[in-house]
Amino acid sequence: MEEIKQAMALYKKILVAGCGTCVTVCWAGGEKEVGILASQLRLARSAAGNDIVTLEATVERQCENEMVAELKDKVAEVEAVLSLACGSGVQTMATMFEDKPIFPAVNTTFIGMPEKEGLWVEMCGACGDCYLDRTGGICPMVRCSKGLLNGPCGGTRKGGKCEIDPDKDCAWVLIYRRLERQGRLDLMREYYAPKNFRAVKRPGKIQAAKA
Amino acid sequence: MNGRIIAFCCEHSAYPAADLAGRLRLHYPESLRVIRVPCAGRVDVIHILKALEKGASAVLVLGCEDGACHHITGNIRAKERVKQCNVLLKEIGVDGRRAVMFSLSPNAPHKFVRVANDIAKTMKESREAR
Repeated sequence: MEEIKQAMALYKKILVAGCGTCVTVCWAGGEKEVGILASQLRLARSAAGNDIVTLEATVERQCENEMVAELKDKVAEVEAVLSLACGSGVQTMATMFEDKPIFPAVNTTFIGMPEKEGLWVEMCGACGDCYLDRTGGICPMVRCSKGLLNGPCGGTRKGGKCEIDPDKDCAWVLIYRRLERQGRLDLMREYYAPKNFRAVKRPGKIQAAKA
Repeated sequence: MNGRIIAFCCEHSAYPAADLAGRLRLHYPESLRVIRVPCAGRVDVIHILKALEKGASAVLVLGCEDGACHHITGNIRAKERVKQCNVLLKEIGVDGRRAVMFSLSPNAPHKFVRVANDIAKTMKESREAR
């Protein structure tokens, strides 16, 4: 919050822009969070005797040009934009509205899924060389603390917990149990050569085949 | 700051308590404004923040006693939201005591008055301290 407050210190009229997809379900940047953040900013600024005007808007997806284009009129009215979208959304905004400074209001960290209400865990590292068919649909690269492709390491705790984080399940124990259930334990004997981390050229880009 | 205290009152507990306080001719601060809500769980963080933005000195969320919520978990939700609100206020350097939640039963007009007077007193003291 302090970082956001400081970033906004120079501006008197801003747009607080939310995104209605991933960050909404992660309780980080949807319509509700936009309202709260804008209100916090207004309260903080009015307490400091330096009022700020905030416009609020949430588009369905901030990573799509067509949807971001809906914000054109609002962006024209303000000095800066505070975006609560993920890094992709912030950059889409920044490219579309090149003459306006766009500030990220969230720190995007990973591709994950909600394990239960209010708890998100990282699931995929977007490596471009997927082994999930051989590991029972559990990615050891991301879910093993050490990212071991040929696991488990020697440190698995009793009860199948990780030696680095006892609250975390050992990914390789999960993989073993899953494969056991599927009658595919022979896969545990496989040796996997180091992964091809060049499968995706960074920055990633995909061009759909022309019909 | 207009010095008002906004009290979001659950219509199953705090609102009847406030009503009863009136009938008993009990005194509570004139700066208090009662807003009737169907359940304390209806009150969201943004309602509290907006009330403060519009100049309220404090916001009270008054709901049912533990285990007695007419809508089963509304009072628990309200408590959590007020807690979240306190964190948000702390982040921007605003006194967290300006948003508080209390539980009371519909036949507790004296408690309603005590809660109202207490918050008014706290706010007055913090104003004077500034």
